[in-house]
Amino acid sequence: MAMITQLTKSERQLAIGVLLLIACIGLAFAGAGKDDPLAVHGFLIVASAILGIFAVISGYFAPEPGEDRFGSYYDTPSKVGLLIAMGWAAFGFFIGDWVAWQLAYPSLNFDAGWTSFGRLRPVHTTSVLFGFGGNALIATSFYVMQRTSRARLPDQLSPLFVLFGYNLFCLLAVTGYMMGVTQSKEYAEPEWYADIWLVIVWVTYFVVYLRTLARRKEPHIYVANWYYMAFILVMAMLHIVNNLAVPISFGSAKSYSLFSGVQDAMTQWWYGHNAVAFFLTAGFLGMMYYFMPKRAGRPLYSYRMSIISFWGITFLYMWVGSHHLHWTALPQWVQTLGMTFSIILLVPSWTAAANALLTLNGAWHKVREDATLRFMMVAAVFYGLTTFEGSFMAIRSVNSLSHYTDWTIGHVHAGALGWVAMITFGSIYACIPWLWKRETMYSPRLVEVHFWLALAGAVVYVLAMWNSGIIQGLMWRTYNASGTLAYSFVESLVAMHPYYIARASGGLLFLIGALVGCYNVWMTVRAPRPAEEGLVGDVPEPTATGQSGQQPAE
Amino acid sequence: MSLERDPKTGWLTTGHEWNGLTELNTPLPRLVSLFLALAVLFSVGCWVLMPAWPVGTTYTKGLLGLDDRTELTESVKQATTDRTTWTDQIATRSFAEIEAEPRVMTAVRQTGPVLFGDNCAACHGRDAKGGKGFPDLRTTSWLWGGSPEAIAETIRVGINSAHPESRNSQMPAFGRDQILQRTDIENVVAYVLSLSDPKEKPVVGNAEAGKAVFTANCVVCHGSEAKGTADVGAPNLTDSFWMYGGDGTSIYNTVWGGRQGHMPTWESRLSPVDRKILALYLVDLGKLRP
Repeated sequence: MAMITQLTKSERQLAIGVLLLIACIGLAFAGAGKDDPLAVHGFLIVASAILGIFAVISGYFAPEPGEDRFGSYYDTPSKVGLLIAMGWAAFGFFIGDWVAWQLAYPSLNFDAGWTSFGRLRPVHTTSVLFGFGGNALIATSFYVMQRTSRARLPDQLSPLFVLFGYNLFCLLAVTGYMMGVTQSKEYAEPEWYADIWLVIVWVTYFVVYLRTLARRKEPHIYVANWYYMAFILVMAMLHIVNNLAVPISFGSAKSYSLFSGVQDAMTQWWYGHNAVAFFLTAGFLGMMYYFMPKRAGRPLYSYRMSIISFWGITFLYMWVGSHHLHWTALPQWVQTLGMTFSIILLVPSWTAAANALLTLNGAWHKVREDATLRFMMVAAVFYGLTTFEGSFMAIRSVNSLSHYTDWTIGHVHAGALGWVAMITFGSIYACIPWLWKRETMYSPRLVEVHFWLALAGAVVYVLAMWNSGIIQGLMWRTYNASGTLAYSFVESLVAMHPYYIARASGGLLFLIGALVGCYNVWMTVRAPRPAEEGLVGDVPEPTATGQSGQQPAE
Repeated sequence: MSLERDPKTGWLTTGHEWNGLTELNTPLPRLVSLFLALAVLFSVGCWVLMPAWPVGTTYTKGLLGLDDRTELTESVKQATTDRTTWTDQIATRSFAEIEAEPRVMTAVRQTGPVLFGDNCAACHGRDAKGGKGFPDLRTTSWLWGGSPEAIAETIRVGINSAHPESRNSQMPAFGRDQILQRTDIENVVAYVLSLSDPKEKPVVGNAEAGKAVFTANCVVCHGSEAKGTADVGAPNLTDSFWMYGGDGTSIYNTVWGGRQGHMPTWESRLSPVDRKILALYLVDLGKLRP
């Protein structure tokens, strides 16, 4: 219960108070919900709160932490967050590969409701994006913020509230889908009560961030923090607007969106694409801007390029959501705007990718030897590739071929597997030994194994979906001499089949890689603690030389 | 807080330092500015030429005067006109006339498989072979008649469907509804088995005794020679086509529990021309049968 002993007495009391309040709200849902899935979630909330209360009580009478805590960073939320992220990765990748095999062999849903493709697909997307990605972002953002500000987090309780509160949201989301609870908005499926809960958690997150920033001892705010801040702030805005809805009653999980028709579609894709922008891009760019130069031991290539790419990305992404609705009922002028801003967006995106890769100049020998750094390098390459592809697919004439096909799925996974997951694994492999004060990961060789499995998996996946998507798109638009369609839909499905098997196999490689990673992380954490040296300077006080002693150990 | 020169690139740092991290003050590469300018220029070009910016309750229409809705309507109209060279003939002529017209039949053979794949394959299979409960359409033994006219009518109204003129097919549940005794059923099954395969020796039941049961109960629909009646969709029991299985157990289950197969009406979902194409396609398919 090291987590609790780090809390002050008043924080322990506050924690119990908050948990009791949560338990009461859960109980109210359980009562009001009756036969509705809301009741199940009510009990889940109560159970989570009680678990939390037991945890706090178990360490309640331990001695309080001393004032000397201000002499070190508060890393417990980062440690726990990274471990949880690896757990979600294993779970989310497993579900993803399962539904991939379902597409090739539909009977693999075993005829149950909760295992059907429609329910498991959002379980996969939420687990990987929000479970794996989100926890990694929260964990690394706390880590990076403290070090680049040379300031300890403002208190011990609120970061834990953010972390566990966020995971309660993820849990409500995925269990809800399996019971059929969804508001049918892609990447915003959770219903109203989970959404409100996330708002509370997220605003706390933002406040923790601002308070830490206010306490910083560095005059300038590092680039990574711009991105983390943009990620937190804009996600709050997107989440609140897109989820405006009226529940049919307080005893029901079901709600109706405030928007309808094409306005609903536009709001959803304004949210959806900016979730890609500010969650999957900005947040992970924050990760990259810290861990990549740190691991490479190189200065960031260009401060000026950082500025152009940051403001370019934040300004331009806001406009491009409509490219998800090309050739639909959405007015044509909105489509033109979405397309053109998507094209301009390529420039700051590639500037960011180039800035990252040029940072590696002078450290390429390390890329060759160090799989952790190579993870990050490949991530930057995939980032460049995916943003090019994204701008390309946003062109209306290209989109008329690619839309609704597997090409989109391939594009998303080039970003998700190649960019998001790779930069995260690289950052985790860099961060875990630093957090647990180890020389290296348990096995650098297993990091190497993971790297090749992940790269092979991602490449197989993306190539399969490119082929499948383009074949699909062409079959759907091929006419015969009589002026009627040359292929039935079923024929396009038959043509997909081999690619679906290839995709699922690629996913399997990626999953195995992640499991190897989980094992490696676990063994590193469990390894006996070496003498605490070689990490001097990893404290809030600037060292005399202005150079931290913390260097990548591998 | 000191400016340092990076020995590798030769650029100065910005003078800031975060936990050992520094950044260089490398100027923005010309290429970035160039591409940014090009991208913006291209976009401005698009905005001038195409519908782009909202203005109050309307929007800028663009110099090219492009409009998705008009373009779509016109291209659909054009495609329909192009197809009239053969669709008109299908719409106005009789089946016999169409079958004698090779050019139109080419269009039927190109369009039929896709119409079939998109609408019929879910039940009858991509190859039209059917499956248990769904008849093989390459058959010579049509339940409701195999002429193109009869097939087109079956497609139009469906079988046991919601259509007011639906074809109705009711095989009673002789066993479950206690119309016949178990032994009678066993006997009649033996008799039915002997019709299509005289060498078949049933394990139970007596074909001779079954014949009497058949005459008393089954001939109304299946006919005295058991060759079926297309008017009521009663199948020919003397051939090798079986919708629900031709082995003793399957036939027993059919007689015991009855059969009320369902086919939806396509009148409101497929145009008359499409339905005619499908009927012709299926007749054509039967002719190709080895």
